[in-house]
Amino acid sequence: MSANHDRANLLEVRGLTKIFGTLAACNHIDLNIAKGEIHALLGENGAGKSTLVKMLFGSLEPNSGEIFWNGQAVRITSPGLAKKLGIGMVFQHFSLFEALTAAENIALSLNDGSPISAIAAKARALSYSYGLPLDPESLVGDLSVGERQRIEIIRCLLQTPQLIILDEPTSVLTPQEADKLFETLERLRAEGKSILYISHRLEEVKRICDRATVLRHGKVVGHCNPRQETAASLARMMVGNEVKAVVRAPAKGIETAPALLEIHGLTRKPATPFAIPLKNINLSVRAGEVIGIAGVAGNGQGEFFESVSGEVLQQDPGSVRIRGKDAGGVSITGRRLMGAAFVPEERLGHGAAPRMKLSENLLLSRHATDGKSFVGSGGMVRNGSVYSAAQRIIAAMDVRKSAPDPEAAALSGGNLQKFIVGRELDRKPSVMVVNQPTWGVDAGAAAHIRQALIELARSGSAVLVISQDLDELFELSDAIAVMHNGELSAPLPIAEATFERIGLLMGGAEPGHAEHRMETA
Amino acid sequence: MDITVNILLTIATAATPLLIAAIGELVVERSGVLNLGVEGMMIMGAVGGFGAGYLTGSPWIGLLAAIVVGALFSLLFAVMTLSLATNQVATGLSLTLLGLGLSGMIGTSFVGQPGVRLPNLDIPGLSSIPVVGKLIFGQDPLFYVSIGLTAAVMWFLFRTRTGLTLRSIGDSHVSAHALGIKVIRYRYLAVIFGGACAGLAGGHLSLVYTPQWVENMSAGRGWIALALVVFASWRPWRVLAGAYIFGAVWIGQLHAQAFGIPVPSQFLSSLPYLATIVVLVLISRNKRLTMMNTPASLGQPFVPDR
Repeated sequence: MSANHDRANLLEVRGLTKIFGTLAACNHIDLNIAKGEIHALLGENGAGKSTLVKMLFGSLEPNSGEIFWNGQAVRITSPGLAKKLGIGMVFQHFSLFEALTAAENIALSLNDGSPISAIAAKARALSYSYGLPLDPESLVGDLSVGERQRIEIIRCLLQTPQLIILDEPTSVLTPQEADKLFETLERLRAEGKSILYISHRLEEVKRICDRATVLRHGKVVGHCNPRQETAASLARMMVGNEVKAVVRAPAKGIETAPALLEIHGLTRKPATPFAIPLKNINLSVRAGEVIGIAGVAGNGQGEFFESVSGEVLQQDPGSVRIRGKDAGGVSITGRRLMGAAFVPEERLGHGAAPRMKLSENLLLSRHATDGKSFVGSGGMVRNGSVYSAAQRIIAAMDVRKSAPDPEAAALSGGNLQKFIVGRELDRKPSVMVVNQPTWGVDAGAAAHIRQALIELARSGSAVLVISQDLDELFELSDAIAVMHNGELSAPLPIAEATFERIGLLMGGAEPGHAEHRMETA
Repeated sequence: MDITVNILLTIATAATPLLIAAIGELVVERSGVLNLGVEGMMIMGAVGGFGAGYLTGSPWIGLLAAIVVGALFSLLFAVMTLSLATNQVATGLSLTLLGLGLSGMIGTSFVGQPGVRLPNLDIPGLSSIPVVGKLIFGQDPLFYVSIGLTAAVMWFLFRTRTGLTLRSIGDSHVSAHALGIKVIRYRYLAVIFGGACAGLAGGHLSLVYTPQWVENMSAGRGWIALALVVFASWRPWRVLAGAYIFGAVWIGQLHAQAFGIPVPSQFLSSLPYLATIVVLVLISRNKRLTMMNTPASLGQPFVPDR
């Protein structure tokens, strides 16, 4: 069967299979990547994209199947071997060392003995020639996510690979940074390099990719030329059926509605050397509206959420006001009792205790607000009513699970997220603050969560959504504010907001941060 | 004048085993492994060193035995925590308990026996120069080894590519593995180096400090070495400073007790610990530097998924 290899194929994968327990994460995958093409690998979360890529890069070993490199059968047993063959990888969750400088990070992946200063010079020259300026002496921990990605890309290019794998490269970039990346990729293609581009952003794939392979539930469900497809047809291939569009009913009478969540001059010093200080943040969210906060990861969103939710208390009690009352010095439970609900970014460990049942997790976050129904006389827990409330949430949010009341860690990320959002929605809070509501949730469930948040707002609550996903914010917000470097812009009404304007704010263009960064970099 | 020189010499002798053990542990922790078994490896080195020296009559063979025993004992820890991914804290603690018990058992016949002492350096002419001669050219060989080791580790960690790789593993073993660095192999070598150093420090106790075998003669020095590494925020020259501050206050309070100053002896005995902590906390005020030097994956077991 190896007789009919197309010589122009750089990489050919035949029947690659990886089984975890009883789950076939990759099930007889076939994939061909030609020389000088940008090949897209499409699929929802959990479709098997990351598993496939890990096998190609040698960090996972396939159970069966063959890999051909330049027509030769190869076994890629380690990342080192993949690099030797000429496969480079830019990771989704960067594999950089925060405590080291950019140059040291690059040196670590090059197995030559040249001194760091020589590597720094080479990296600097290469980075400027690709228009991705980089300061090799800077400490990675100090850099923005976009800058970190530049290091990853330059590091990858310095190894002169023939195939470059990019795993969700734009999920952390501003639209302008993404444009820059696409230019680089097109230039690499012109130089004859092949690129395997993993994404679930269909517009991007249509824009830069020559061919696409679509995965669903660990299987290849189709190959296509993305330029000839529409975003909707690609989505159908990925999901398997139509994705229901989110409907945002027009908000009525918001101008006169009372502000339920007010933030006045919120300021916070950085708690750790790599944390972002919050600088005089002002925002008010009225009953009936959804306000979105956009921003590149690591610009203070985490610090902001902690301050609003009460994980960190404020000196000035008036800096956070819930339903007209000062809440700055009030704890999380106190703020919940004032009518607010919070969904943190990390599901496991922050939003839920992994080794506890869903019903127990429900009790943990709502024992105070629902004290009457969940806790009986003498402080005894009413297990029956907690259990039935948990079942109510599971049914309302369509949480898929393997047992009636499983441990939180036993659920997939998306299903746990549905439960956690549902747990807070179930209370009908008058103020809802959500950080990354649909991170890692598949398209169908994400639409469900977004619709539920909009409906909560329209029923008279104030909803604040922090997200890195601009599509999501445009889908559900009535106004979008942008957080950059610990500062929050004034909210732009959705009618005036465009991707370009928001993107410029995300890059800090308006207050002049971008230029400043470049100079000091 | 002679008294001052003698005090300085005793300070160096008190600081040397702490410095050697701590520098070894520093390398281990920089690779992201927390070995709480320093005390156990040290006492095993002490009994091994004494035994070999006593049986052969050669302190040098004793010294070599101390190093080998310490390294072998740490290999046990390495197999458990690195190959079998056991909990590092629990394994390290059991290593200490095992070492204390095992050394006591091995050493029963050595109790009260005369040991051999490693001779001090003696360079004709130089060593007899007043004051400086004894301090610079007339100490025990391990004093020079400890200083040289500190300099060598500093150079290795911050000036060599291998040292950079070791630090990167300590910062994030997941990232290091993704780059194709052999995380487990590096950690094995680091742990064994740490064991050899702890063994050598034990050898210093039973071949230089008090050339005899006494059960539990390490007397908590392994724990002090561990604490020095953390309070020195994983920087070699600070470990050196810490060891010498500890040694100086230790000797100072002994003399103070001998003079009979009217302060409770318990308070004086606790002074070395207090002084070392205060000084090291003061020099590591810079949070940013501390953060940069703290091995972020310290104590986490690494199991590559396959």
